[in-house]
Amino acid sequence: MTTQPLLEVKGLKKYFPVNEGMLPWKTSNWVRAVDGIDFRIFEGETLGVIGESGCGKTTTAKLVLLQEPPTEGEINFNGTDATKLKGSDLKTYRGSVQVVFQDPFSSLSPRMRIRDIIAEPLEIHTELSRSAIDDRVGEVMRLVGLQPDMATLFPHEFSGGQRQRIAIARSLATETRLIVLDEPVSGLDVSIRAQIINLLEELQAELGVSYLFIGHDLATVAHMSHRIAVMYLGKIVELAESQELCENPQHPYTRALFAAALPASPDEEQEDETIAGEVPSALNIPPGCRFNPRCPYVMRHCSEDEPELKEVSPNHFVSCFLY
Amino acid sequence: MVLASDPAPELSVPAPLSATRTLLSARLRTVREMPLLAVAIISILCVLAVFANVIAPHDPTLPVENIEPAFFAPPMWSEGGSSTAILGTDFQGRDVFSRLVHGSRVSIIVGLVGTLVAAALGTAMGVLSGYLGRWVDTVIMRITDAWLALPALIFAIFLATLVGPSMWNIVIILGAVFWTRYARVIRGEVLSLREREYVKLAEVAGASKVRVMIRHILPNVMNTTIVLASLTIGVVIIAEASLSFLGVGVPPPAPAWGSMLAEARPTLLTGRWWLTVFPGLAIMLVVLATQIMGDWLRVKLDPQLRNL
Amino acid sequence: MPPLLKVSGLKTHFFTFRGTRVVKAVDGLDFTLEEGETMGLVGESGCGKTTTCLSLVRLLPPAGRIVEGSIEFDGDDLVQKSIGEMQNIRGNSIAMILQDPMASLNPLFSIYTQVGEPAYYHQNLRGRTLSTRVRDLLGSVRIPSPETRMKEYPHQMSGGMRQRIVGAIALAGGPRLIIADEPTTNLDVTIQAQYLNLLRDIQRETKVGLIFVTHNLGIVAKMCDKLAVMYAGRIVEQGNVKEIFRNPQHPYTRALLGSIPRIGSKEPLYAIPGQPPNLAALPKGCYFHPRCPEAMDRCRVDEPPIYAPGDQWEATCWLLDGQKQVARQVEGVAS
Repeated sequence: MTTQPLLEVKGLKKYFPVNEGMLPWKTSNWVRAVDGIDFRIFEGETLGVIGESGCGKTTTAKLVLLQEPPTEGEINFNGTDATKLKGSDLKTYRGSVQVVFQDPFSSLSPRMRIRDIIAEPLEIHTELSRSAIDDRVGEVMRLVGLQPDMATLFPHEFSGGQRQRIAIARSLATETRLIVLDEPVSGLDVSIRAQIINLLEELQAELGVSYLFIGHDLATVAHMSHRIAVMYLGKIVELAESQELCENPQHPYTRALFAAALPASPDEEQEDETIAGEVPSALNIPPGCRFNPRCPYVMRHCSEDEPELKEVSPNHFVSCFLY
Repeated sequence: MVLASDPAPELSVPAPLSATRTLLSARLRTVREMPLLAVAIISILCVLAVFANVIAPHDPTLPVENIEPAFFAPPMWSEGGSSTAILGTDFQGRDVFSRLVHGSRVSIIVGLVGTLVAAALGTAMGVLSGYLGRWVDTVIMRITDAWLALPALIFAIFLATLVGPSMWNIVIILGAVFWTRYARVIRGEVLSLREREYVKLAEVAGASKVRVMIRHILPNVMNTTIVLASLTIGVVIIAEASLSFLGVGVPPPAPAWGSMLAEARPTLLTGRWWLTVFPGLAIMLVVLATQIMGDWLRVKLDPQLRNL
Repeated sequence: MPPLLKVSGLKTHFFTFRGTRVVKAVDGLDFTLEEGETMGLVGESGCGKTTTCLSLVRLLPPAGRIVEGSIEFDGDDLVQKSIGEMQNIRGNSIAMILQDPMASLNPLFSIYTQVGEPAYYHQNLRGRTLSTRVRDLLGSVRIPSPETRMKEYPHQMSGGMRQRIVGAIALAGGPRLIIADEPTTNLDVTIQAQYLNLLRDIQRETKVGLIFVTHNLGIVAKMCDKLAVMYAGRIVEQGNVKEIFRNPQHPYTRALLGSIPRIGSKEPLYAIPGQPPNLAALPKGCYFHPRCPEAMDRCRVDEPPIYAPGDQWEATCWLLDGQKQVARQVEGVAS
């Protein structure tokens, strides 16, 4: 692995103001959606982010895509802070970081032809001629396993899986270095899911793009990712190599996730123990360790101090007082 | 109840292969399902308006010559009517039928162009307001609020007295009066479109705000605009007739259905029914037809109702 | 004793465009469900699983019609019932849990009103007895402090809580059969695990029959005794869950099992080529042959019969040729 990470996120925070009082200019509370996270993504690597709804994974994606300005922290892309980019540098960043969303039905404009959908980033970022753009569109369509002669059709003529391929083709059209995959297979049928997962893995092997893969299904995230970050209420609670995390989960929340995962076959040993309770609202984050109200191993100082992310074994980070 | 929701049947309809064929047959079906009466009325009106010079037997602004009686001749099938003036003549001896035919021109031009002005202005405002948000939204929406608070007709009369009566002024006035409806509805639509993933994708790809509005938002609100427009044409035609009736519309002696009604008003109680019935009937039929068309379009262009 | 539910030769078709197009959403289903048993109904979107559920409770949309077959519930044929009788059955002995708990609950009524509704109408409970009943029901789906919770409204609850409320409503009539249509799709992983465990406990206590409609084979592995795999409106394989998972007979079942990622494995997944079929334009022969890795010439021409690779095990595939066939007597054959 190269030493210089493609993307390095440092101390990233995003607070959304909430106005409960009568005075619109007075912010009474904050939703701490992302509350200080650090991670890196290297060239050609997939970082999986897993967590339940409200854990901040989607906000993280929005921050990396510069759809929202962060409250605090840096997003270093190739060594420069993307949050401070302006003008043509910002444009270059937007050309190198793309996204594929979950819903293949709402992610393609219903009134645009496939050719125009895929070509849009090219029209914005390059000075290519019409025919050169057409060539590139055909090229990426072939890359994702679509017939280039389908380019004149409209999105409603395609099934969910094909639409997701179109979305992937679009994200690859420019000189893309990093693709944020926001639950790209959750909206698809089982048989189509495997097609898309395999396609994404092949594309990575072929083109060397990096992925930030956001998901809630442990098996899919583990399958896709080289390293996995487990998020809970706006913080990363555990970060490790995918294999290591699956074999040796450390944080009680990660263990709970594994316990809750569905068995691959009915013969598998099933754990009836599941953690109780639900994820609290990001409006009232419990003091101390965020997980302490649901944690089966809770100790007294868990509700007093907040644990730091510590390296418990090489490349395996956990934030828990047990370690 | 548990069963209260309405699950859609699991019908998958992909099949991109036969796409062109299904499109063609869908078009044919569309033609077959059109409301016939409304289409007929609208096409007749269009023919009348375009070929008014050919169809109208007399000059609409001059008295008919060689007719007995010289004024207030009844329709041809009534006692004392003559075939020279099929629908009779008015107080100046002008042919009612010719005036109706030429009046359809006014109605159609004002109805269409007025609606077009209103739709264009309103849609543009709605898209700007909904997509840009913040202070742009606040300013445009406060203006529409103020606009909507004024009674449309009185506001139109006020504007008409300011700029003076002429057909093109009426067009602009009606456009200025009715754009707020579009702005309101379109803004609401844009607010939901703005959150769609394809809009987000375009933003992530670095598309400028203008590009997003033109390429991604505008095409997707066009259906709504078209439906709204087809429903407002009738209202605009009535508004034009009202203005003409009140004497601030198309200036005499140019024929307009509203002014024909106004001119016939003093003679209402004298039994000269043809002077009011025919223009009134014309207005009613046209408005009815456009409303039916609008309603049909609304169902046709609504993707949720379309596939039933 | 007759089985709790016996579906034979069920065909539900949709008639669209004024009857000019017929979509065979469900095309000849046979299965049985015993008391206290859980059956998983698995398939991709458009395979007819939701239509099957709606047929069982006779809540099809206007374009859909049961054209053939019988649904024997407790020995009575539901297809022959009048609308009034069906309404009575739906509230009491058959309950349904749908995917979206927010859409299943009316935001304007309190939890008390909604959970109490079936008892109010079907069992004529009022006042104190009714509130005791509601509290018991909420307790049985493990809602903490039911006394205070029942005065609240759906928007005050989390997704998992709402889905439990829907479960409580389903239990209100004391059902013998619960049809759950993807009840956990919108829930988080840990909440899903809680909910599934709860359903299993309730089933052990009440001996209710459960039909679990899902596309998630993990849920089937965790919850079900029986499995029926649907493809293009038909069951291609059904039988005991453990046996099928160990040794799937139909290539589609094999493909489905091969296409789900397993924790800790990095092997490329088996991807079924192509798209789920369009029910309006089905291929000749076996419906799965265009996507089947083991398709033979015969599959393209003839529809395979139903084979029995084991006891209570059925698979519809030419690969099993030579094995025992299942003969079905079809009642009231219409040409």
